[in-house]
Amino acid sequence: MLRKTDPSHEPIPLTRRGMLQGSSLLIGVLSAGSALAPFVPSRTWALELSALDEGQARIVMAFIKHLYPHPSLDDAVYALVVKAVDQKAAADKATRLILLEGIGHLNAIGNGNWLGRDVALQEIDVRALEGTPFFSYLRVTSVNTLYNNPLAFKHFGYGGEAGDTGYLYTGFNDLKWLPDPPPSASGPIPKDD
Amino acid sequence: MDQENTNKIQFEKNDDSVVVIIGSGAGGGTLANELAQQGIKVVLLEAGDWHTQTDFIADEWPSFTQLAWLDPRTTSGTWRVAKDFPTLPAWICKTVGGTTVHWAGASLRIQPHELQTRTVYGDIPGANLLDWPITRADLDPFYDLAEKKMGVTRTNGIPGLPGNNNFKVLYNGATKLGYKEVSTGRMAINSEPRDGRTHCYQRGFCFQGCRTGAKWSTLYTEIPKALATGKCEVRAKAQVVRIEHDAQGKAAAVLYFDGEGNLQRQRARVVALAANSIESPRLLLLSASAMFPDGLANGSGQVGQNYMRHLTASVYATFPNRVDMFKGTTMAGIVGDEARLDPKRGFVGGYHMETISLGLPFYAAFLNPGAWGRAFTNALDQYANTAGMWIVGEDMPRETNRVTLNDTTKDQFGLAVPNVHYDDHPNDVAMRDHAFAQGAAVYQAAGAKDVYLVPPYPSTHNLGTCRMSDKPRDGVCNKFGQTHDVKNLFISDGSQFTTGAAENPTLTIVTLAIRQSRFIAEQMKQGTI
Repeated sequence: MLRKTDPSHEPIPLTRRGMLQGSSLLIGVLSAGSALAPFVPSRTWALELSALDEGQARIVMAFIKHLYPHPSLDDAVYALVVKAVDQKAAADKATRLILLEGIGHLNAIGNGNWLGRDVALQEIDVRALEGTPFFSYLRVTSVNTLYNNPLAFKHFGYGGEAGDTGYLYTGFNDLKWLPDPPPSASGPIPKDD
Repeated sequence: MDQENTNKIQFEKNDDSVVVIIGSGAGGGTLANELAQQGIKVVLLEAGDWHTQTDFIADEWPSFTQLAWLDPRTTSGTWRVAKDFPTLPAWICKTVGGTTVHWAGASLRIQPHELQTRTVYGDIPGANLLDWPITRADLDPFYDLAEKKMGVTRTNGIPGLPGNNNFKVLYNGATKLGYKEVSTGRMAINSEPRDGRTHCYQRGFCFQGCRTGAKWSTLYTEIPKALATGKCEVRAKAQVVRIEHDAQGKAAAVLYFDGEGNLQRQRARVVALAANSIESPRLLLLSASAMFPDGLANGSGQVGQNYMRHLTASVYATFPNRVDMFKGTTMAGIVGDEARLDPKRGFVGGYHMETISLGLPFYAAFLNPGAWGRAFTNALDQYANTAGMWIVGEDMPRETNRVTLNDTTKDQFGLAVPNVHYDDHPNDVAMRDHAFAQGAAVYQAAGAKDVYLVPPYPSTHNLGTCRMSDKPRDGVCNKFGQTHDVKNLFISDGSQFTTGAAENPTLTIVTLAIRQSRFIAEQMKQGTI
């Protein structure tokens, strides 16, 4: 799994590989200056794979970055989509076949190394697959996963569950670049006493 | 709250002196309390779970799974929802409190002319317009009661809610454009402590259930008050599948599956149907019998027809600076100027602009379903600088826009699921185009960079499928919601709306429920039902 939130943890120990025989890892490092750095225990992250091998996982990651390109969004967030894709592939044979077929198709285009292909050509390859089950599955999983996690909330500036206690005293009306509406159009801020 | 929210009485299943209400939302929950307060025995059946405010989840997808009605449904027609959300025509709730758990609180009275659309709008080809059998004068005393009950801001001396950032953007743009009716609106959200509930803390999770209870919901207002009378029993996880009638054609009992999956039969003196505008007609159709071969109370053939869902488009816009639209009430401000009748705009009826905000997960899901690539990610990149509004406009009733039984798809009980068919009327398209242009102009006046015109998504305002009519041949129920064909069967939700109007429907549903409760009590006293 992607470790991300517990700041008490030491950097993620890659030596766990010994405990994970039979599975692959997708490993990455947060970019220098990533906005997410304060919220993760380590700049290094590792995703334990169940159905895909590392090479396949990297192709999936590249594909979804073409689908939803955010140049400053860290790979660690994209890796959450890879995780969801991998888990579904492990649990569902039909999904696994769709993925393997799509990945195989891409590698065939790239003479066995789609990731080595020019990025502009990769983008054309992605577009050409629109409408296929491979494309649709990755698109739907991406849009429902990429923007639905605390790291994405930090990156895009959504408060998420921080709002649970309410913004009444923490900026619900802190916009300063437009004039405040008159009291007649708005209402008094309630006082707790 | 847990203490209050427990049954103090249990009625026997063969007790045929009870009023059985199907659905615990704005219509059913209110009717239950209003009847119980008059000493009438009520069994309130709710298909969903009985959650408390502490259960609510400040996370969009898990909350959706917790609260939304997700039983299988199908769609057809040319509306985009059928393509984007083919199994989810509506965003409504399956939980005690119904969709009042999810609603955003806007509480506007229907305008007088909107109750007489056939007379005022004339004969619009392809629209099945009909005047309501009631006028604003009939409704106003009950609107007064509903506003008092719900604590609607800007009525009864209750101050307006303070506007959040999303409202500031709307206000500045709208007033620059020349709009005059721009404010934080009439909302059933406490701006100050009232009725044992606190004021709003501006959480921004109105759609996910109001944890503080500042927003009116039958879950923690009407229902506990009904329970306190000792005259009302709530049965959660009780999913009704059929209304039975006796040899005389009177409603006699309600069949439902309980939480254990066992079929139960509750006998009834009166049955009130308040299951929202997809499930209510579906239940009438599922209750067809030898005496009522086309479905119960369907002598007119209008059951399931005239399905309306309001215009429901959205406009989002990005700005050079932060907005943080997610902070504070979801529906934080309303522009009323376009709600007027002015056919010179190229359409009849009108619309409101109301701020809306979505969290990042739902913004991604609803902004442009199916989209990918840089145009989409560019919008998401500006999420923090985005403001949003929702368009609530009157759509035309059409006989062909309808809820029918889909005999090829079955639900968990083996029953035909409802199919919802919808095609936009040309008037709807003209109004939406106008609203998109005006919504964009509002945000451009406030300094927008990019404007996004967002297509309708599954609607929370579902109306008209068991409509009120003066003449039995034109509709399903009379001006009190009493079905024309079955005197002790009532329609108590938004499906009784004759036309949709441009206002969020909850206040009117509550108003009609209060009015209906007086009628039912009177008729029971007189022994006519």
